[in-house]
Amino acid sequence: MSPLQLCLAFSSVLFAVGLAGALARSNAILVLLGLELMLNAANLNFIAFWRYGPASTPATGVVFVLFSIAVAAAEAAVGLALVIALYRRQKNIRLPEATHLKG
Amino acid sequence: MKPILSLLWLIPALPLAAAALGAVTPRSGRRRAAAAAIAAMAGSLILSVLALRAALLNPSAHLYLNFDWFTLGSATVRLGWLLDPVNGLMCVMVSLVGLLIFIFSLGYMDKDENFARFFCFLSLFAAAMLGVVVSNSLLLLFVSWELVGLASYLLIGFWFQRPAAAAAAKKAFITTRIGDLGFLLGLIWLYDSTGTLLLYDGGGGVLETHALGLLGAGGLPFGLAASTAIALLIFCGAAGKSGQFPLHVWLPDAMEGPTPVSALIHAATMVAAGVFLVARVFPLFEADQALRSVPLHALTVVAFIGAITALLGALIAVAQEDLKRVLAFSTVSQLGYMMLALGVGSWTAALFHLLTHAFFKALLFLAAGSVIHAAHHEQDIRRLGGLRGPMRLTFATFAVGMMALAGVPFVFSGFWSKEAILHAASQWDVSSVPLVAALAGVVLTAFYMTRLVCEVFLGHARSEESSHAHESPPVMTVPLVVLAFGAVALGFLGTPAWPWIQSRMTGQPVAAHSILEGGGLMALSIVLVALGIGAGAALYGLRPRTDSAAPDPLAASMPRVFAFLANRMKLDELYAATLGRLNSFLAALSDVLDRRLWDGAVRLLARLGQLTGSLDREADIRGLNAGFDAVSSGVRRAGRAYSGAQTGAAQGYLRALALAFVVLALIAMWGGGR
Amino acid sequence: MNAVLAVIALVTVASAAVALSRRNLLHSILILAGSWAGVAVFYFWAGSQFLAFAQVLVYLGAISMAALFAVLLTRHSRDDVAGASSHQRAVYAILTGIAVAAVLLAAVARTPLTVRPSAPPPLSVRELGYTLMGSHAAALLVVGVLLTVALIGAVVLAAGDPPDPKEGEP
Repeated sequence: MSPLQLCLAFSSVLFAVGLAGALARSNAILVLLGLELMLNAANLNFIAFWRYGPASTPATGVVFVLFSIAVAAAEAAVGLALVIALYRRQKNIRLPEATHLKG
Repeated sequence: MKPILSLLWLIPALPLAAAALGAVTPRSGRRRAAAAAIAAMAGSLILSVLALRAALLNPSAHLYLNFDWFTLGSATVRLGWLLDPVNGLMCVMVSLVGLLIFIFSLGYMDKDENFARFFCFLSLFAAAMLGVVVSNSLLLLFVSWELVGLASYLLIGFWFQRPAAAAAAKKAFITTRIGDLGFLLGLIWLYDSTGTLLLYDGGGGVLETHALGLLGAGGLPFGLAASTAIALLIFCGAAGKSGQFPLHVWLPDAMEGPTPVSALIHAATMVAAGVFLVARVFPLFEADQALRSVPLHALTVVAFIGAITALLGALIAVAQEDLKRVLAFSTVSQLGYMMLALGVGSWTAALFHLLTHAFFKALLFLAAGSVIHAAHHEQDIRRLGGLRGPMRLTFATFAVGMMALAGVPFVFSGFWSKEAILHAASQWDVSSVPLVAALAGVVLTAFYMTRLVCEVFLGHARSEESSHAHESPPVMTVPLVVLAFGAVALGFLGTPAWPWIQSRMTGQPVAAHSILEGGGLMALSIVLVALGIGAGAALYGLRPRTDSAAPDPLAASMPRVFAFLANRMKLDELYAATLGRLNSFLAALSDVLDRRLWDGAVRLLARLGQLTGSLDREADIRGLNAGFDAVSSGVRRAGRAYSGAQTGAAQGYLRALALAFVVLALIAMWGGGR
Repeated sequence: MNAVLAVIALVTVASAAVALSRRNLLHSILILAGSWAGVAVFYFWAGSQFLAFAQVLVYLGAISMAALFAVLLTRHSRDDVAGASSHQRAVYAILTGIAVAAVLLAAVARTPLTVRPSAPPPLSVRELGYTLMGSHAAALLVVGVLLTVALIGAVVLAAGDPPDPKEGEP
């Protein structure tokens, strides 16, 4: 197994773990963290190809990941603010109970 | 082409313009309407005189000017106008008499509030009559003919608030309409046979040899010629307008109109239109004379009808009590004389009598109008009398007219024109019935006119109105004098100068004989006139009646005959009983047909429409609405189903996403394209 | 080479799995931080030191702090009371995860990826800086705006509505 393949396998498994965690837990914050994990896995992919993939512009992969990290940070901030707002409304942060957009 | 020929259309056009102006003039613009009418007639008179002069310079020619009106497919309708001595004379006569009557009306209708309307209608009438006279196309003539009828209706019924006047106008219109129907049929037949309605058209006209030859050949059953039939149909129209038996019934009733109207229309012009028409298309009437073995010649019919009318009118006039009715029946009788003259072949005599009659009859009517005006509209001769003293000028002019009509010899024009007719009748080889009838008419005419003069002017006033009568204003008496002068002067045309005049009118060389050849006949007619006047004077003049309620001397001696004649020989009753009943029956039949049949059919269609509508509505409600409702409820159900998938649980969505991704990836890897 | 990679991978995945299965929220976050650290190590091993630095700064520094704050602010009662439904949900979740992993791994395995062993691409921080400010300047500015907006939005969301004078009025 080439290093690239190993890297990709690593990122795939990490993605799957994040997904399973996001689906399994009912706490909103944990779901958000699961999402973060998935984003990280994607970043890993980028870097794997940056390291081992066909040579192209040297900076593209890193720049992309940088932006991805920035966006992930913004998203985490907003998401956590939402969790606080949710908590204010229903006094707990159980995601399955937050079906106000039902219908 | 003489310049006057191209201006000929102005002769009817000027009064027409005056009529148009009068139509838009309000009641307050009476002076304007009258001035326009009189100015237009004066203009027409001047042009007519010029036209006559031009025509007399060239007597045998028929000068005409034709133009295309419109084209329908391959057929072109052409109109035109005509100038020859006959035309010219008629134009002058119509416009001169018309002008004098217009001036008379200024005085007579002065107190009437519809003064402007009167002059508008008068101008319309004058325009239409002049149109009849100048036209070269039978179509144009027919149009003008109808306009004459219309104007006559408007004028007879001028005081339309009076039921009698309205009824009289209607009667006149309908009776002449019956005649006009025959006229129209004749025109259609003519157009069908010859393809043209122009009278003279450089060889192609209806009165020219080609067409006449075509029509004069016998081709109908009994060997009759087409021209006979056409001529008789045209004669129907002439008989209607000229009050020949049996279509004379409207003329006495038409006296309901104002007296100037009676003078203009029923003495001088409109009733003369029929005579003029026959004279105009005389070649057509003559065309069958070449055929020997036919049972009927057109002119024979004309002569007999004329004779019957002449005698009939005179007989009835003897027994009438209304001043204007006497004159009306006198007109019927004199028109009969004119038709008689045409029938026996002398259209020149007919036209001469037409001219003289126009003058003296208009004079008589206007003088009667003067009497009526002075006597505050008293028209019953039993209640008049003794007007000789207060109304000298009217009496004098009336007497001139009476003598002209009666045929007092040598001085008055009526004598000469009547002589011409009698002479022509005596020359007729078909039958002597017209001659006998004419001679009988002479006696009667003299008799009833004498009676009239005696009853109205002699003796003593027999009523309030007649005792307060005074002479009419000059605006009314001056035209009387002018007409009286004409009634005398025209006579000189009929003297031994007549053959020369005749040749001028026909364009043929001077006839060899002179009028004095008919000396025996002339003597006979003079004797008859004296007989008539004598009898009249004896009965009415020597012992004038003193009481308006006393019976007529003639009624005392022959009560039943007198009553029969006074009731106009019960012809009106006869018509009402037969034709009137028939008409009512047909009207009732039409009504039933209309209400049951046509109305029912229409209602059925309406029902069908309603039915369709309700069918439509049902289809809409049951079909379309239900369909749409089903669709919309289906959509709603689908929506509800879909919304069931919106659980609101975010993790559920995520799981679905993941699973979908798995499925798609599997498809991409093993399913779709490499 | 592969051995190091394998170790990194193992640590990261393991800590992630453990973190997401803990009952105690605080524990979860702390262990997840370890997972993020593993990713940072991976970046370092791959040759992008700056990126490792960024990862540590953002995730370990900011996001985990934010998450801790959120946890502390929303403490109420016992979380994650294990019920029958949550057990069922966990099973479904794991199954889904396994399905996705299987698909991805299959994809990875089937793709012929030729790789030449080589050195990590040379990328200095200076070059990175030039790239960010040069050809990717627009994106950088947009991200800056995005971060600002996110900041403001988060503040607004978390601050909540002002207290209503009356009950039931919007």
